[in-house]
Amino acid sequence: MAELLRTQARKPKCYLLRPVTFLLIMLVLVFFGAGFLSPRSPVLWSRRAGAGEAGRESVGLQVVKLSRMVYPQPKVLTPSRKDVLVLTPWLAPIIWEATFNTDILNEQFRLQNATIGITVFAIKKYVVFLKLFLETAEQHFMVGHRVNYYVFTDRPADVPHVPLGEGRQMVVLEVPASARWQDVSMSRMEMISSFCEQRFLREVDFLVCADVDMKFRDHVGVEILSQLFGTLHPGYYRASREAFPYERRPQSQAHIPRDQGDFYYMGAFFGGSVSEVYRLTKACHQAIVADRANGIEAVWHDESHLNRYLLDHKPTKVLSPEYMWDEKLLGWPAIMRKLRYVAVPKNHREIRNR
Amino acid sequence: MRRHRLAIGLGVCLLVGTVLCTLWVYVEDWLPVSYVPYYLPCPEILSRYPQPKLLEQRPTELLTLTPWLAPIVSEGTFNAELLQHIYQPLNLTIGLTVFAVGKYTHFVQHFLESAERFFMHGYRVCYYVFTDDPTAIPQVPLGPGRRLGIIPIQRHSRWEEISTRRMEIISQHIAKRAHQEVDYLFCVDVDMVFRNPWGPETLGDLVAAIHPGYYAVPRQQFPYERRHVSTAFVADGEGDFYYGGAVFGGRVANVYEFTRGCHMAILADKANGIMAAWQEESHLNRRFISHKPSKVLSPEYLWDDRKRQPPSLKLIRFSTLDKDTSWLRS
Repeated sequence: MAELLRTQARKPKCYLLRPVTFLLIMLVLVFFGAGFLSPRSPVLWSRRAGAGEAGRESVGLQVVKLSRMVYPQPKVLTPSRKDVLVLTPWLAPIIWEATFNTDILNEQFRLQNATIGITVFAIKKYVVFLKLFLETAEQHFMVGHRVNYYVFTDRPADVPHVPLGEGRQMVVLEVPASARWQDVSMSRMEMISSFCEQRFLREVDFLVCADVDMKFRDHVGVEILSQLFGTLHPGYYRASREAFPYERRPQSQAHIPRDQGDFYYMGAFFGGSVSEVYRLTKACHQAIVADRANGIEAVWHDESHLNRYLLDHKPTKVLSPEYMWDEKLLGWPAIMRKLRYVAVPKNHREIRNR
Repeated sequence: MRRHRLAIGLGVCLLVGTVLCTLWVYVEDWLPVSYVPYYLPCPEILSRYPQPKLLEQRPTELLTLTPWLAPIVSEGTFNAELLQHIYQPLNLTIGLTVFAVGKYTHFVQHFLESAERFFMHGYRVCYYVFTDDPTAIPQVPLGPGRRLGIIPIQRHSRWEEISTRRMEIISQHIAKRAHQEVDYLFCVDVDMVFRNPWGPETLGDLVAAIHPGYYAVPRQQFPYERRHVSTAFVADGEGDFYYGGAVFGGRVANVYEFTRGCHMAILADKANGIMAAWQEESHLNRRFISHKPSKVLSPEYLWDDRKRQPPSLKLIRFSTLDKDTSWLRS
């Protein structure tokens, strides 16, 4: 009797098990689907998932909520600078002192926890420049933000130990050295592009490619960051385009005719989002290889190819010569209110090819 | 025994669901993202524009860059042909929303005709006309690649109510439809006309326009909402520019977030029985202080024809039509 009761008691549960399991599966799938289809889902916005709409790419391009800040009112009828151009014809800002408010920009980038990578090449004797470069960068470069220094060198033992602030780290990357200084300069494009793929895409949001024989003398911050930026060469910011030292031989990939060109950009300081820097360095490297195959070397090596690239792919920000100066050669004209990143005096004959 | 099997079944379902969700989160990042190249001007254009002059002496000009490095667009700051060559290959579709409720349907004909002449010429355009009377919307001939969508909405008794509902309606429309159809979206008033070209120089992640009545005025005199109880409250020392509620836009995802945020703030005010001084324009201004626009349009892009055109504004592109507001709002 008890057995019969037990068997009967089991039957209803036996019937319930399958529909209940089925219902639970449907419930889980429904919740999963709801999550997928909600209007906030980033998948929906990828109608054309262009630069800035997926993953790391979107840092710096998002609209973030700022806290209450106190600063003077911008005046529509009063330009911030009357002596210089602050906007290119393709609406990219040209960064000069007094055009920007550091507090607003710092908050915009801090809220997104932006990480900035800076690549520097210390090949052969150029390792001697590292100490001053790193020490001054600690004082002036992206202070308050996360920074990764990528030091490319063939002499990792000679890399000095410089104390770094919080959220800042150094990565030493050992690379082979070319014999000629021109090749050392041009191989930077290849190395940066290959490391972009290998590491930079995953580790940083923005990449700055800088020369090592320089030092930071004043604030260089997030105002420079955008998709793609170049820096005006301090020797040619007054010149007309016919006088720019572009590569003028049509056989070279870097060729620019005399009636073309916006600015002459310096090869010593450029950057942007990792994917844009990857595209730039890859294109420049391929152009250098093509030139080599045709037995020609551009007049200013990687700088010539950089200028060709930035003519075809307009940068989204342009840095004034405040960000690339040589006081010994050019003095300190009134138009430069700050000298931020300056050349360190060096003996060219001594230091090159050693 | 059965209970055990039930528990196992439940556990398996939960596990499968969690695994699928986590997988999706990772797979999303791997999905091939079709990259739209940033700039691709045709080589022929490169020599046909003059070299930018870096050292300029220009005494009577407008501010061209905000303190957060957003360009302020006005005539003379950009080369239209160059921008056209940069943006044309990207095959963009731009949306334009207008609200034509009650007697405001009278403006649609003139608005659309002027838009056909001047708004984003050469691009694919979707006009979205929100109206309570679809039959009152005239048939305006549209150019190739341009189409019109008429969306019926409910009419409210008070014109302020109609005005504040716009944010809600726009955000819902984007979620339902516009996000699939357009890349960029502009939201403008209908009682205006385009008088000169409005092109890709206006495209940006989040775009605001400076109100023509307050561009020369100190921030203490901006007609912000000044009552603390409102979510649109702006304190005395706050504010960059007074933006006009009649023009705003940007990438469609950003416009969604923006209008949704404004709508939430409007709802919060409603719950407290308060309506901001200038309805959704007050909320728009509050939001643009904490979510700074990536591009600002000078008053050329939002002008009041009753005002005398100052020499600093070279080319009025979008301005009001003189109208009898009391009759319209009755």
